Amino acid sequence: MHLLYMIFIDPFVQMGTAPDLLAQTLWEGLVAGVLYALIALGFVLIFKASGVFNFAQGIMVVFSALTLVGLYAHGVPAFLALAITVGVMFLLAMAVERFVLRPLVNQPDIVLFMATFGLTYILIGSGELIFGGDPKVMISDQLLLPSGAYQIKTLGGFVQMQKIDIAAAVIASLMVASLAVFFQKTRIGRALRAVADSHRAALSVGISLEYIWVVVWFAAGVVALATGIMWGARSNVSFALDIIALKALPVLILGGFTSIPGAIIGGVIIGVGEKVGEFYWGPLFGSGIEEWFAYVIALIFLLFRPQGLFGERIIERI
Amino acid sequence: MLYREAGQFKTNYFADQALFPIRQDQIGIFLILAVAFIGVPLTASDFVIDSIINPILILSLAAIGLNLLTGYTGLLSLGTGAFMGVGAFGCYKLTTFFPGVNIIVLIVASGFLSAAAGIVFGLPSLRIKGFYLAVATLAAQFFLSWCFIRIPWLYNHNVSASIEVPERTLFGIPVTGPTATVTTRYIIVLTIVSVMTWLASNLIRGRIGRTWMAVRDMDIAAELIGIKLYQTKLLAFAVSSFYCGVAGAMLVFLYLGNAESESFNINQSFLVLFMVIIGGLGSLLGSFLGAAFIWGLPIVLRALPDYFGVPVHPSTVEHITFIMLGSLIIFFLIVEPAGLARLWQIGKQKLRVWPFPY
Repeated sequence: MHLLYMIFIDPFVQMGTAPDLLAQTLWEGLVAGVLYALIALGFVLIFKASGVFNFAQGIMVVFSALTLVGLYAHGVPAFLALAITVGVMFLLAMAVERFVLRPLVNQPDIVLFMATFGLTYILIGSGELIFGGDPKVMISDQLLLPSGAYQIKTLGGFVQMQKIDIAAAVIASLMVASLAVFFQKTRIGRALRAVADSHRAALSVGISLEYIWVVVWFAAGVVALATGIMWGARSNVSFALDIIALKALPVLILGGFTSIPGAIIGGVIIGVGEKVGEFYWGPLFGSGIEEWFAYVIALIFLLFRPQGLFGERIIERI
Repeated sequence: MLYREAGQFKTNYFADQALFPIRQDQIGIFLILAVAFIGVPLTASDFVIDSIINPILILSLAAIGLNLLTGYTGLLSLGTGAFMGVGAFGCYKLTTFFPGVNIIVLIVASGFLSAAAGIVFGLPSLRIKGFYLAVATLAAQFFLSWCFIRIPWLYNHNVSASIEVPERTLFGIPVTGPTATVTTRYIIVLTIVSVMTWLASNLIRGRIGRTWMAVRDMDIAAELIGIKLYQTKLLAFAVSSFYCGVAGAMLVFLYLGNAESESFNINQSFLVLFMVIIGGLGSLLGSFLGAAFIWGLPIVLRALPDYFGVPVHPSTVEHITFIMLGSLIIFFLIVEPAGLARLWQIGKQKLRVWPFPY
C-alpha cells in the first residue's frame, strides 16, 4: 500500500507543492532532450538515405569536438579551427563512402551495421592517437557562446537556466529548420528524399548514390559537430561522451528511424521523461534509473506502435 | 585427392544422419578433439592456455548462443552481456545457497536462470523486428547491468560489489577458486564447450532448428506453414540465453576468478556480436573462428612491436591496435561478408575438386 502511494501519489504531490522544482526539472529534461534529438538526427539522416544504422554517430560527435579543441590547442584561431573541422568531417564522409559504403553496397543491413563498428574503432583509435585521450575543455568562450545563467523568479521560487542551454536549444532548432528547408526546397534535398524512398528508382532517374551518400554523411558530420560543441560546453570533451550515442537509441525507436520530426519530439519526450523519472521516482528504486528508464519508456511505446511515433508504417509482404 | 567422399557408401539411415557423414571429417574431428584434450594440456604453457585458449573457448560458447538467436532465428540481440551476467551472478548465488552441490551442475543450472531472463526480455520480439528489436534488447542490457550494481543481495552484500569465486572440488580435485590449476580448468571448459556445441549442432539439424531457420528466412511465410511464431522465437531466446548464461558462469568461475557488473556491460555484448558476424552468421564453426579472431587479434597486434624490436609507447600501441582492429573488421566484411566460416567452406570445396580448378 505504501509502495503504491510512493509510486502513484507522492511524486505528484511533490510536483504540486514545489512547482519551481518541477519547472527546473522539466527545463533540464528539455535541454538534455534537445541534445539527444541532435544525435538522433544524425542517425536518422544516414538511415534514411543509405539504410545504414550508423553506430559511429556517437563517436563522430566526440571526434569532431576533439578535432576542434585539438586544433585550437595547436594555435589555430577558433573560427578557423571550426572551418577546418567542418572540412575534416567532409573528408571523413568522402572516405567512408569510398572505403566502406561503396565496396559494401547491396550487403545485408547487419553487415553495414557491423562496418560502422569498425569505423567506430578507427575513429576512437585515431582520435586518441592524434589528440590524446584525456578530457579537454570545450572552447565555448572563443566560439562566442554565452556562459553564465539566468535566474527567473517564478512559481514561488527560482528557476535557473544556463545560457549555454538556451543557446543549444536555439541552435538545435535553427539546425532542424535549415535541414527541413534543405530537404524540401533544394535540388540535393529532393534527390536525398528520392534516395530515401527507393534506391533503385533514384538510380534510374539519374541520381548518383555515391554523391548523395557523401552529402548525407557530411550533413551527419556537421550535426555531430554541433552536438559535440554543445555537449562539450556542458561537460568536457572526452571519449566518455560516446555513451550518449546509446542514449539516443531509445529516442530513435520512439520517434521512428526515418522521421526527422520524430527524432526531435522523441528526444524531448525521452529527455523530460528521464529527468522527471529520475527526480521523482528515482529515490524509490535507488538512484541511477536514468540509465534504463529511457529504454523502458521506448519499449512501452513500441508495444503499441512498432514503427515508432512517426515512422513509416511497416507493411510486410510475402 | 585426400578430401573426397567418393566410394563412401551409406547403407542405412543412421549413417546418413551422422553428424559427420564424410570419413575424412570424422578423422579430422577425432584428431582435433585428441589434440585439444591431450596435446594441448601436455605441450602448451599455462600462459597460453589461461589467457588465450580458455577465454576463446568460453566466448565461443557465448557466440554460439548469440548465433542461435541472431544467425539462425534472425533476431538481432544486443543483450548478450547481460544474459552472461545473469548466468554468472546466478551461479554465484547458487554456490552460496547450495555449497555442497557439484559445481558443474550449478553452472548448467545457472544457464536456466539466464534462459528465464531471456524469455522475459524476448517477449517484445513478436511485435518488434530488426533494429527496433536490437534496441529493445538494449533495455535488457542496461536494466540488468543496473541490477548487478544496485541489488547488493546479488553479490552477497560484498563491499567491493564484486563476486569472488569460492573454491569447489570435483572428485577431490579443486576446479574453481585460486587453488585450481590452469589445466584442470581448461579440461572442464573444453568438456562443457564440446558437449554443448554437440547439442547445439543436433538442435539445429532437427525440427527446432528448422523452424528457427524458417522464421529467420521469412516469418510470415513460416507462420503460414504452421509454425507458431511466438513459441519459436521465445524458445530461441531461451536456448540462446541458456548458452550465454553458461558461458557467463564459466567466464567468472573458470577464467576470471572474480567479476563485477563491469565484466558484463554493453561492450561485452558488442564483442560477442562481432565474433558472430566476423565468424559467420548461422555457422557453429564460425562462432569459434570469430571468437579466436576477435580475441586473438588484439593480443597479436600488441605483441608485434616487441617481436620486431620496435620501441613504441604502450598507449600508442593501444591506439594503433584500435585502428587496426577497426580496419580489419571492415576489410573482412568487404572481402567476405558471410564471415570466416564461408572462407573455410570455399577452402573445403577447393580441396574436394583438387587438382582441378572446378
